[in-house]
Amino acid sequence: MYAPLSSFPRRLLSDALADRLFGLLARLAALITLALLLGILLSLIVGAWPAIHQFGPGFLTHNAWDPVKEDFGGRVMIYGTLATSIIALAIAVPVSFGIALFLTELSPAWLKRPLGTAVELLAAVPSIVYGMWGLMVFGPVLARYVQQPMQSLLGDVPFLGALVSGPPVGIGILSAGIILSIMIIPFIASVMRDVFEVTPPLLKESAYGLGATTWEVIWKIVLPFTKTGVLGGIMLGLGRALGETMAVTFVIGNMNQLNSISLFEPANSITSALANEFAEAAPGLHQASLIYLGLVLFLITFVVLTFSRLLLMRLQKNEGMSV
Amino acid sequence: MKTNEIANENADQNPDRARIARFARRKQINRIALTLSLAAMLFGMFWLAWILWETLRLGLGSLSMAMLTQSTPPPNEPLGEGGLANAIMGSLLMVALATFVGAPIGILSGVYLAEYDPRGKLAMIIRFVNDLLLSAPSIIIGLFVYAVMVVRFKAFSGWAGAVALALIVIPVVIRTTENMLMLIPAGLREAAYALGAPKWKVITRITLTAARAGVLTGILLAVARISGETAPLLFTALNNQFWNFGLDGPTANLPVTILQFAMSPYENWQQLAWGGVFLITMAVLGLNILARVLSRKK
Repeated sequence: MYAPLSSFPRRLLSDALADRLFGLLARLAALITLALLLGILLSLIVGAWPAIHQFGPGFLTHNAWDPVKEDFGGRVMIYGTLATSIIALAIAVPVSFGIALFLTELSPAWLKRPLGTAVELLAAVPSIVYGMWGLMVFGPVLARYVQQPMQSLLGDVPFLGALVSGPPVGIGILSAGIILSIMIIPFIASVMRDVFEVTPPLLKESAYGLGATTWEVIWKIVLPFTKTGVLGGIMLGLGRALGETMAVTFVIGNMNQLNSISLFEPANSITSALANEFAEAAPGLHQASLIYLGLVLFLITFVVLTFSRLLLMRLQKNEGMSV
Repeated sequence: MKTNEIANENADQNPDRARIARFARRKQINRIALTLSLAAMLFGMFWLAWILWETLRLGLGSLSMAMLTQSTPPPNEPLGEGGLANAIMGSLLMVALATFVGAPIGILSGVYLAEYDPRGKLAMIIRFVNDLLLSAPSIIIGLFVYAVMVVRFKAFSGWAGAVALALIVIPVVIRTTENMLMLIPAGLREAAYALGAPKWKVITRITLTAARAGVLTGILLAVARISGETAPLLFTALNNQFWNFGLDGPTANLPVTILQFAMSPYENWQQLAWGGVFLITMAVLGLNILARVLSRKK
């Protein structure tokens, strides 16, 4: 008879319990993210410890990779990672700027959406597809139509000749850099497009009203207003380029050499060294050295991405104030 | 030539002429810059078209029924013998497992960020770290899982591969779930609270239900992302030439098989690699387009 009445407080009680439980669960899940970051850092340091202990910071500039004599240094890989990423940025930044400019100021309204989607699809293509395409299709084309003409043109010029020497197979720092640039264009371009779009229309209209051309509005009004965001986007692209594995592994050649400065000579990067050697490396100094490289990569990308995030957050704050 | 010189002379004397000349130059610069911008757009589209074209051309050519029904062949078999069935199976198993583990954790974390602590300090830190993990090199995730699972159990395994993929799913799902929940109007929540609903019911029955299309989009994007991921599988799942349904021990998977076959000098392997690339590209692009359609419906 009293059943409905007595079940009422019990339901409240169970609801309160469920509430507590659910909240706790959500909190725990959220904390996994933090634990993951700390776990990664810790496991890398622990794994790399033998190599850190043995080689110290000199590892970063030491030029050696000899699993037999157990003499390791990361210079070749770190150089490869930095060089490919710099080439990628040098191509991707101006192109992304052009794409963002086109999408925000030039494109007819009906084309904006499909073009934006197409650029984003470029980011969705898995990196292994880029790698395969780079090795089988793009590399030979690059060797045939860029490297060989340049070799015959610059072969005898002292510095430039060395830059393009090497077997014409289309493998090396330059092809890796170009493929990386294609991969990071969508990331940089979409950040640039988004920040260009938050520029207050009033600001742009005032400039147009004073007779500025489209280019002047972009270069002198929009770009200065959004420069933190633009820089944030570039840093995001850099972070991506530094850590990209498969596309680079396919086309960089995986040779631990720095004998020539040629952009067409097979080389190596941190990620491709890990991808190629880690599963087969003997536990001990070889494996620890590879993890040391991984730690270096993680720290560099961590700094770059943090910088990127901070810049983008600053823009969001400004945006909140000015609107 | 002569008229030009006269124009220049006049320009020095006549400020109006100088202004017109400057205006002409500014317009010229504008035209050049906008042409370059169009060129940049075409440049971007050119690569997308080229990559898709080659994937279609070389991938379709190597497609066959055997590819879907037979397991990976030894090198130097005649063309058309053997397929990728065990690799496809392994990939599907690992992606499914990773999604079933990663998506709920991601959704719960997203709920915490959006519903429990939207402006708190802890949430801010988690959001920041999550954004870092979203763009962190995936090969580092592989190293981490190697250290905590492969070393501990002294074996490469499909389980380790699935965990590595799950760790990539989580940040993607957190990000989209939080964004979608933030879009739900506060009035909806308040109405439910006013009727006496407890918080967990408001979240599961009201806000998550209202945001389900967005959350689903996030999960689809995460699945698309991990379907093509290779780096985290290299030293977790490794690869296997044979069937492995149990996920114990090295497990065949599509991305690593493609890598191994593409880098080999054997023609039959290379052709199968193109077939695999075709399958992955179609799956990933299909999922992306599906996700877009789903999120636009709202």
